[in-house]
Amino acid sequence: MSAAVRTIAEFRGLTKTFGPVVAASDLNLSIAEGEFLSFLGPSGCGKTTALRMLAGFEAPTEGEVLLDGEVVNHVAAHNRPVNMVFQHYALFPHLSVFDNIAYGLRQRRPRPDRATVKEKVEKVLEIVRLEGFGPRRIWEMSGGQQQRVALARAIVNEPKILLLDEPMAALDRKLRKEMQIELQDLQRRLGITFVLVTHDQEEALSMSDRICVMNGGRIVQVGTPRELYDNPRSRYVAGFVGTSNFFDAVVAEAGPDDVAARLAGGQQVRGKPGFAVKTGQEVCVSIRPEQIALSRDAPEAGAAEPVSILNRIFLGEHTEYLVRSQSLGDILVLVPRQSELNAGTFNVGEEAFVSWDETALLILEQ
Amino acid sequence: MRQLGRNGVLLAPAGIWLLVMLVLPLVVVFIFSFGERGAAGGYVPALTLEQYANLPARWTAFKNTLILAPLGTVAALLIAYPLAYYLAVRCSPKWRTTLLILVIVPFWTSILIRSYAWIFILGGRGIPALLAMVGIDDVRLINTPFAVLVGIVYGYLPLMVFPIFVSLDKLDKRLLEASSDLGSTPLRTFWQVTLPLSVPGVATGCMLVFILLMGEFLIPAILGGGKVFFVGNALVDLFLQSRNWAFGSAVAMTLVIIMLVTVTVYMKFISRLGGQRDDISLM
Repeated sequence: MSAAVRTIAEFRGLTKTFGPVVAASDLNLSIAEGEFLSFLGPSGCGKTTALRMLAGFEAPTEGEVLLDGEVVNHVAAHNRPVNMVFQHYALFPHLSVFDNIAYGLRQRRPRPDRATVKEKVEKVLEIVRLEGFGPRRIWEMSGGQQQRVALARAIVNEPKILLLDEPMAALDRKLRKEMQIELQDLQRRLGITFVLVTHDQEEALSMSDRICVMNGGRIVQVGTPRELYDNPRSRYVAGFVGTSNFFDAVVAEAGPDDVAARLAGGQQVRGKPGFAVKTGQEVCVSIRPEQIALSRDAPEAGAAEPVSILNRIFLGEHTEYLVRSQSLGDILVLVPRQSELNAGTFNVGEEAFVSWDETALLILEQ
Repeated sequence: MRQLGRNGVLLAPAGIWLLVMLVLPLVVVFIFSFGERGAAGGYVPALTLEQYANLPARWTAFKNTLILAPLGTVAALLIAYPLAYYLAVRCSPKWRTTLLILVIVPFWTSILIRSYAWIFILGGRGIPALLAMVGIDDVRLINTPFAVLVGIVYGYLPLMVFPIFVSLDKLDKRLLEASSDLGSTPLRTFWQVTLPLSVPGVATGCMLVFILLMGEFLIPAILGGGKVFFVGNALVDLFLQSRNWAFGSAVAMTLVIIMLVTVTVYMKFISRLGGQRDDISLM
């Protein structure tokens, strides 16, 4: 992102409590104009609360929400220039597709004339590829179509930010993939800032410019999908953004770019630190399953661990092996189809070796 | 064929009940309405329209019923809607059940006893006495159309509250958030979302109350004191007092026809209003 990018929304020390429950705690984040930002985390992590505070459905207990540089804590939802695509769409069942989409335009004062409303609604119907569906009733539409109507109903208002609350949760896998691509394409064409809430890491990784990972009401790490995947700060982020193998370790020698750590089994490994580590600190060593090589013979150079194959799952483009090492425990290995075609498959019970490049090891916060 | 047999078994009890208790009596009333009164009362077979020609004699009863039943329905609706709205939308779930039970509690006592209570409240030593204390003298409440209106609204209010409560309770509250998100003020959200989506409940409630009010006779008898009588009171009088079965049957048939026409027109109107939705309950 260039320095010229404007901040469209900002959280400053934002906290929300419901009675004794802290739903969101001290959130600090700025959202750049035109970016696609995702809040990612398991249910109850505070991501929906963050979105609802941005929309104006929840008033912050502490801190400030800024839209376009102005504090909007006390601006009601209907006066905020943002629109939301709701989780189960929340389309009005008593109105036609056209009237659902026109709803926001018709709330404006002064009220736009019929011709303007018609023109705008027909334009977004075209954008979401539902030309001619205007007179239909909501219940005559399929799940995917309803989702497009919900999208059209929000974007027709040309919001400063489009909020999406798990918009694809109700769609089947194939449709979800299609919608992800369409949403991304739409965001580029419209240039509207998108803020998405999701618990689906794949969705967040594939669509977002930046991801804000949340846990227990706090922001854990913010970064581009690649940053989060390659340089997670903690075990939590590495586990949520993709899958990884984790081994407990103690820091033997701390450097800024290179850390030596001793694994529980006694082996010493070196890796890249994800956060500021101190010697003697308990950390977590992480390695992605696809960065582990599985071989019948011990590789000539570097360290290798003898393992036995516990389980094999064929996933199409990959085969996933669960292997057991005497000293490290169970390890997940992802073997690409091509290298399997070259080396042949391993059978359950077979003995083998796992090895990895030292650059693949990450030293993370427990 | 077997399918038909099974359905027949399922429907037989209700079918027989309807046939014996509704269709046959209606046929009898229909036939009687063309007959004549016997010398000592009762029915003498004949084929005459004389009874129908006589209907204007009971014009006041029809007039009272046709004014007070719709008025009572509308008054009950105006009181019940805010109450149902509060219970379904505003009230905390902790209190909802308790308050709902309180709405039903009056049903545990006979309508007769509850109506007698109103005689005291509206009678000389009730509200008029209180008004006299602040200098407003000679207010007559009991035995007026107003007293009957108060009685019927009081008596039938729960029947209006419940269907409206159910449709407001079913209303997806996220729709209200969606409306607000799209720029609608709370008041406009009520008119554009809440009210249209509660039409099924309103329609059911009005229908229930209206039909029952058209046949009402107890409350006018008690609170109208013989001065404000409904068609129901006229029927009681004709069948049990003056024993003019033929004329009574003509009055009853006329009431049935008026109700059929009103309800049909009403349903046509509602289904157009509700946009042909299939969820208009109880209809």
